[in-house]
Amino acid sequence: MKFGRREIIAAYVLVAPFVISYLVLFIYPTIKMVELSFTNAPLIGAGDWVGLANYVKLSKDNLFIQAALHTGYFVLLTVIPTTLIGLAIAMMVSRLNGWLQSLVLAAFFLPYILPVTVVYLIWTWMLDLQFGIAQYAIELFHGSRVAVFRDRYWAMPTVAFVTIWWTNGFNVLLFIAGLRNISQDIYDAAALDGASRWQMFRNITWPLVWPVTALVLTIQLILQLKIFDQIYLFTQGGPFNSTYVMVQFIYKNAFQLNRGGYAATVAVALFAVIVVVSVLQYQVLRVRGGKS
Amino acid sequence: MKRLNISAAILTIVTVACALLWAFPLYWAVITTLKNEYEVVEPGVGLWPKVWTLGGYLYVITNTQIGRWYLNSFVTSGAVTILVLMISSACGYALSQLRFPGRTVLWLIILASFMVPIQTLIVTHFILMNDFGFINRWAGVVLPQLIVPVAIIIYKQFFDQIPREYREAALIDGASEYQLFFRVFLPMNWGITTALAIITFIGAWNNFLWPFLVVTEQNMMNVTVGITQVKDAFGVQYARNLSGAVLAALPVALAYLLFQRRVTEAIMLSAGIKG
Repeated sequence: MKFGRREIIAAYVLVAPFVISYLVLFIYPTIKMVELSFTNAPLIGAGDWVGLANYVKLSKDNLFIQAALHTGYFVLLTVIPTTLIGLAIAMMVSRLNGWLQSLVLAAFFLPYILPVTVVYLIWTWMLDLQFGIAQYAIELFHGSRVAVFRDRYWAMPTVAFVTIWWTNGFNVLLFIAGLRNISQDIYDAAALDGASRWQMFRNITWPLVWPVTALVLTIQLILQLKIFDQIYLFTQGGPFNSTYVMVQFIYKNAFQLNRGGYAATVAVALFAVIVVVSVLQYQVLRVRGGKS
Repeated sequence: MKRLNISAAILTIVTVACALLWAFPLYWAVITTLKNEYEVVEPGVGLWPKVWTLGGYLYVITNTQIGRWYLNSFVTSGAVTILVLMISSACGYALSQLRFPGRTVLWLIILASFMVPIQTLIVTHFILMNDFGFINRWAGVVLPQLIVPVAIIIYKQFFDQIPREYREAALIDGASEYQLFFRVFLPMNWGITTALAIITFIGAWNNFLWPFLVVTEQNMMNVTVGITQVKDAFGVQYARNLSGAVLAALPVALAYLLFQRRVTEAIMLSAGIKG
């Protein structure tokens, strides 16, 4: 193929800012991270090459294994519930029309655009042991008040609950778009044949909205593997490390224990996990593209 | 038919009740900021303040550096927004409309980076910013937030809808390559630029982990990080804490309420769904 000279120069000028920032702020830090993981360097400063020692240590590090398990637990508590709740809310909202729909949608969506620290302040107030209004609900179902963030069994599910409240609006939006693409004719035809609501959901809505469901599931999975902000703010990984997660492990080793090399090792591991999940997601999306 | 209407009405009522319950924490937080501290901790549920006061806000404004934190947030989020849009629109345009060696490779790299976990790079980003001398600087907050491949993908999709003949015709009329980009193609996609600008700004404003790591001096903090300092300083003073929270959330909440349709459009585009 022949290229115009003027066109090539213009193209390089226009892509240069991206290429340069990509090299400096993504490629270089990634290579550096891998390199660092083979050394015993502190956060700032040089270290010695130690080969695979960090990786060997990591595989035997009890706290890391716990962090990986806790991350998995958090993923379990959030990903599937938030997807199902998102779909349920989207179905409820898409029945409505006009201003009522806009208002109801805004109510469900508004938390999503809040900064995490605001979410944190709202819910420490809601769940305050002495004065929190949500403690009335806990009292009702559990029988007594609970210091949720200081209880090793309550802490993680509570953070998961708050996370779902905070981020669910995003899923609702995607599902509403998905539901809108299902033609009303199909429902009308099913209604003529005397299908019940459950049959319509089971045989029309669920299969036709499945591509969106798969998309939401994978987006949520990648997002929740990187969980840190809420947990750091609510519990700092406690009580008794019961909410200690992967990114926290990186944060603590790098910025509190000054072990740059070891922190980088964990970062490489997490990076690899997320890349694998992303590739799987890409496959899912490709399948979706092929079908439609 | 009548039966159906009744069940539909019940479903609508349930939906509205769920929506109210979902938004209740927001209402409760805002109403708490308008009460006195002693009324806040009274037993029972006071859905309405007995005495209205702005004391919490006044306290936060006069006793913290919130003005300075606001400035930091606006400058860094504004810079992230402008730079990301400039970088992405130029790159997306070149990939879509121009033919040059390396184009396919670059496009594949961008597609592959679609969901790169930037957060896992915190360690080396910190080292890099330290090497640049950007710790506790605006530049240090901004730079690592500039890699947003999805913005390029969205721009390319939009520029792709414009046929190449359009470009050739304008070139024959004597326009330069850059005039073409800035005067013709960019204005044609103004809608998508505003939509992306709003969500990029909201995203940068809300970003917690990186601004929290790279800034250690109180006067360089973003407002979203700073408000957690109010809490540490005064213990259980909920009206004050939440006043800080409301102030920190105000710009993004307003941006959403004013540009609701743009925000939802941009979010769906970023997720790969055409709205």
